[in-house]
Amino acid sequence: MPQTTLSMPGRRFVIGVPYGWLLLFFLLPFLILLYISFVDMGNDINPFKPIWDSGTGLLKLKYENYWSIFRNPDGGVLFQTLYIEAYLRSIWYALCTAVLCLLIGYPFAYFIARSKPSVRPALLMMVMLPFWTSFLLRVYAWKGILADQGVVNQLLMASGLTTEPVQLLYTNVSMLVGMTYVYLPFMVLPLYANLVKMDFRLLEAAYDLGTSPWKAFWLITVPLSRAGIVAGFMLVFIPSVGEFVIPSLLGGPENIMIGRVVWDEMFTSNNWPRASALAVVMIGLIVIPLALYYRYTGESAESRD
Amino acid sequence: MAVQPDKVGYLVTEKLVKRFDDALAVDEVSLSIAQGEIFALLGSSGCGKSTLLRMLAGFESPTSGRILLGGQDVAKLAPYNRPINMMFQSYALFPHLNIWENVAFGLKREGLPKDEIKQRTGEMLDLVQLGAYAQRKPHQLSGGQQQRVALARSLAKRPKLLLLDEPLGALDKKLREQTQFELVNIIEKVGVTCVMVTHDQEEAMTMASRIAVMSKGSVLQVGTPEEVYEHPSNRFVADFIGNVNVFEGRLSVDEVDRCAAITGIGEIHIGHGVSGTLNMPVGIAVRPEKIEISKTRPAVDVNLFTGKVKEIAYFGSYNTFIVLASDGTRVKITEANTSRQELSDITWEDDVYFWWGDRAGVLLRD
Repeated sequence: MPQTTLSMPGRRFVIGVPYGWLLLFFLLPFLILLYISFVDMGNDINPFKPIWDSGTGLLKLKYENYWSIFRNPDGGVLFQTLYIEAYLRSIWYALCTAVLCLLIGYPFAYFIARSKPSVRPALLMMVMLPFWTSFLLRVYAWKGILADQGVVNQLLMASGLTTEPVQLLYTNVSMLVGMTYVYLPFMVLPLYANLVKMDFRLLEAAYDLGTSPWKAFWLITVPLSRAGIVAGFMLVFIPSVGEFVIPSLLGGPENIMIGRVVWDEMFTSNNWPRASALAVVMIGLIVIPLALYYRYTGESAESRD
Repeated sequence: MAVQPDKVGYLVTEKLVKRFDDALAVDEVSLSIAQGEIFALLGSSGCGKSTLLRMLAGFESPTSGRILLGGQDVAKLAPYNRPINMMFQSYALFPHLNIWENVAFGLKREGLPKDEIKQRTGEMLDLVQLGAYAQRKPHQLSGGQQQRVALARSLAKRPKLLLLDEPLGALDKKLREQTQFELVNIIEKVGVTCVMVTHDQEEAMTMASRIAVMSKGSVLQVGTPEEVYEHPSNRFVADFIGNVNVFEGRLSVDEVDRCAAITGIGEIHIGHGVSGTLNMPVGIAVRPEKIEISKTRPAVDVNLFTGKVKEIAYFGSYNTFIVLASDGTRVKITEANTSRQELSDITWEDDVYFWWGDRAGVLLRD
């Protein structure tokens, strides 16, 4: 056992801080959300009503907040609701964003990791540079680029490829462009951190054993960077699912994302319990497959490191 | 293992040069290596031995010169197209693959039938006695076992040439001695031609049939371990291989079968001739273990000198004395500890005689 320089209370404090942080700012809000999702507001629109019967003290949960997500209140087919549609759409576009970020980010990260150590900080700085300006400003900038009279359309018309402006803004294309652009650094950084540690001699060993560079990339580099790929994928995918601002500003009006639905339920319909239930289901949709994935791969990853 | 002269020339490098920007890493190296030979490139770090090995493997392309393997020029071939395999210094085992997959890696790339891959991988694992570990991951093996996996992997493709980069460098001293014999046994069993790189002269001498001593990108001497040790061709080789005393002086006698030189400690006689001119500066190399030491005057009169014992070091199997000769030259002398307490009568500040036979010294001209 390594020598401990911290006393037991000291160690507990150091370990306790992050746990305390998570407890206070993640678990507690989540529990509040969970609570509200079972509240029956009645007519007085109070989302903090007790969820137990004041007389008997028994729990009185309003499951209807959840049921209505999966089936319209006036009947209809199970899972055929606007909510489910929004969930699937959000997950689909989040997946597309994550895949696009991976395809663009991997060569990025690979190039930085393979460049001279002296220029790496500068290259990493360039990846992070966009964070220095306002997020909203950057998304608005894309409006200017993709608008009918924007830079892209000007170029297209000048080159004679089209005479009329092409509708780019307020489409799925513009939304994906914006999401990929904003989330790219979250893919590049974990991938870089992983790739920079890779032993280049492993590639030499692969060449030596008769593997072409392209094949060696797939057989050695990609499997060894799996942890970085997964981390980057999750960092992009998870916030993309609930992304609200970018779809609102760049996306089309017909494709409503779940983030927008939650917003509308909360602030337009003032139905906090419904909004909370939608958020809880979304967390479940993301966390459960994630937990299963880590449980499934956790053991082999542990034995490798 | 004796080298058959008619077989020399299986691997030939012709005036091989590698230049990095302004630095000359390998300077016109021409070597001829026999089939089945274990050949060592020996030198300190930065002497160009690793660059030379990397050129053989194909990781560096020569600035000029040719590499012929079995008559075929391989210098232009990519590493993955050369019939040459390398055992890397740190083994470079693929951490995400198990031992079986590591060894089978090269065979799979060749697109061999499944049965053959299975059979040959099995053979290789048996050869290095790791059949029981096939399903383990590299990190679950000890350093010595990893080294054997690396060897099996580099031999699996039956290369025409096997390259070993500091094969024992990552092992601790005790394991190294045992492993070097094991390694030679396996290589000889397979019969593959082998070029190894090492900075450890002991390793080179025990494993290799011939050694090329390198310095500053050039090969200074090529010979069997015995030749290189007993007849170093110059100061660097004499100094690099083992311990040596070099006495500086001028040539005073130059006959067909003997010569002598006047040095600081006196006239030294050598039992071989030299084609030189009288009075030219020379060095005489004498190995510490070839010098005798005693407190009483021996019955010899050639190469007999006196001095005072300054330091004694006890190494278990032998003792080392540093003797200060009359002119202040420090002379290193080692005596084997053949019987207990034999040399205990020599101690610090003792006046001693030291001498050597006329065949012990080697005349160095540069």
